[in-house]
Amino acid sequence: MLNIERDTEGEVSVLQVSGEIDASSSIFLDEEVGKALEQGARIAVDLTGLEYISSAGLGVFMSYISDLEAKKMTMVLFGMKEKVFQVFQILGLDQLLTIVDTREEAIKSANDL
Amino acid sequence: MTYNLKISCTKDRLKEIRQFVSDILAKHSFPEAESNKVILAVDEVCANLIIHSNHCNPSETLELSIAYDAEKIVFEILDHGEGFNLSEYKEPSMDELIKAKRKGGVGLLLVKRIMDDVQFIHRSGKNVCRLVKNLS
Repeated sequence: MLNIERDTEGEVSVLQVSGEIDASSSIFLDEEVGKALEQGARIAVDLTGLEYISSAGLGVFMSYISDLEAKKMTMVLFGMKEKVFQVFQILGLDQLLTIVDTREEAIKSANDL
Repeated sequence: MTYNLKISCTKDRLKEIRQFVSDILAKHSFPEAESNKVILAVDEVCANLIIHSNHCNPSETLELSIAYDAEKIVFEILDHGEGFNLSEYKEPSMDELIKAKRKGGVGLLLVKRIMDDVQFIHRSGKNVCRLVKNLS
């Protein structure tokens, strides 16, 4: 079960993602991230409520990295549980994506970049 | 001790597989910090087999067995779909995947990083993926 809600803080769209992202649900994450980036150049993704992520979810975030650079957009992930962060670390994605601890840091980072 | 689960080849059964693996790891007091990775590796293999080998056909099945002993855990996932040849698998580079904006392609990479041994074999007319996690 994956739940995604969206709010905004200034120019930053914040996606609140909770539940589990696997091969059956990653498409919903992709749709929401894609929509948010079409509507604004700065997004923050709140993963506080995320309990599980598989490669399908990692793949969604990976697939936007080159667009973020090319189109001067920002995507900041925050609030990951340790077990979720470890999955990003296995492939070194923690070095390729912007990941911070709190919403405050994420909003600041999304505005700075 | 061996545990078995048989499920149909649809993606919505992945959660059930993860719960099954999680319950067994917890029952054997497998370290919690590591259990998510092991669950992930089994989930990745099952997702690949359901989607790529069996094309999400609900009339096909996957059989998962977990054999737990003092030294290791052996996971075997059996199916009748299209076989997979690990020797032909070339590890993708992250740079290439990112440039290509690929949304998939790292599942098996995760499995190989997490498990101590990964084999795809053909046995008695079935494809078997065998994953070993050492306990020492």
